[in-house]
Amino acid sequence: MKTHEQFAEDLPLYALEELKGDERLELEKHLETCAACRREVQFLRSDLSLLGLSAAGTRPPVRSKDRLMRAIAAEPRGTSAPTPVRRRGLSWGLIPAVIALGLLVWAGTLLRQNDELHHNLASLAALYNNTSAELKQAQERVRLLSAPDAVQVALSPASAQKMPHATTIYSPSQKRLMLVATNLAPAPPGKAYELWLIPMEGAPMPAGMFKPDEKGNAVMMDHQMPEGVTAKAFAVTLEDAAGSDKPTSPILIVGSGL
Amino acid sequence: MDKSAGTRRDPGDDMRLVARVRAGDQQALAELYDRYSNVVYAVALRILQDTGAAEDILQDIFLQLWRKPEAFDSSRGSLGAWLAVIARHRSIDKLRQRKPESDIEDCVIANATDLRDETERSLVIEKVRVVMNEMSPDQRTAMELAFFQGLTHTEIAEKTGEPLGTIKTRIRSGLQMLRTRFAV
Repeated sequence: MKTHEQFAEDLPLYALEELKGDERLELEKHLETCAACRREVQFLRSDLSLLGLSAAGTRPPVRSKDRLMRAIAAEPRGTSAPTPVRRRGLSWGLIPAVIALGLLVWAGTLLRQNDELHHNLASLAALYNNTSAELKQAQERVRLLSAPDAVQVALSPASAQKMPHATTIYSPSQKRLMLVATNLAPAPPGKAYELWLIPMEGAPMPAGMFKPDEKGNAVMMDHQMPEGVTAKAFAVTLEDAAGSDKPTSPILIVGSGL
Repeated sequence: MDKSAGTRRDPGDDMRLVARVRAGDQQALAELYDRYSNVVYAVALRILQDTGAAEDILQDIFLQLWRKPEAFDSSRGSLGAWLAVIARHRSIDKLRQRKPESDIEDCVIANATDLRDETERSLVIEKVRVVMNEMSPDQRTAMELAFFQGLTHTEIAEKTGEPLGTIKTRIRSGLQMLRTRFAV
């Protein structure tokens, strides 16, 4: 009979499903009574899942999803999905819900208007900033570069290609961000690169659009960010030239380690 | 447009989607597919080196999730990690033309890194690659032969000409290295 330590040696092989025959049966018997080994197998599978991620990079063809959706449509289950409900006329009991829905829509409209006002305000603020003297801009750049909490992050390719490279300098206290990028491919017509600030919590935040020059170089100066945002990482994607509120294409370069 | 305002993107909740799949919601399965098909397909393709065979694995796994969503619950760890491991096991089974050694319901994973959000996933993938590159070439080879080719420790020892004990140590310490680097 093996000891606990001897069983523990076989756990990686078991997690890889490569332990066979009597050895496997013997270990499974041990697992029934050993919580520590059971837990270790679960951790090993977690480690293996990370190892599996090292293969990531190739997307399945679009037809695969179509094939899957056709297959599951061919075998629906009894309890159906929350599909659109058939209309049978409005009952009195639904009136409070309809009123609530109306209020929600109204609130949504107000929120959108509020956003637009904020947007207009931001545009006016940007216009005002543009008319400031170059000296002031230079001073602000120096302040960003010399800020005690300014961090420099080098962004390297998320894929195996190591050509494009970018560096961001971001100061939460200055609420300003700067980017210098090299070796970028030309943006296709109607497209531009968009920088994303990935906060400690929450979704990526747009951090400015830029296009490379004919040599593949791009510089984005003095991009303003909201107050109190701590960055966990930065990433760059290719988006419509008008900009996007959230990333819609794969990450091209990414940098973390703040 | 004020790009600095940003929007919070709710990555959604895997368990909520799995619950909807249990209720027969095809759209929920489509959302899970969008979230994790890349991981499943990439693992299968790396192992099988054949796009058609990798597509079959992808199809089989998501069909199983559709037919048997109860096989996965939150006690089994993160869905993304679980799918990555199941994809590996099923691909190796196909490579070796053997029947699955165990039922997917027996595959329980310790709470792993959250992979729901694409950005998070990209960062995790990048970090895994960095850790793998930090390993010695011999250690990386041993890990990859075990995971992506499904070789036993003994087979790896024979293939590389290294002692069996050395191979065991390399794989164990390699996995430990990954665990340590991803520990919260």
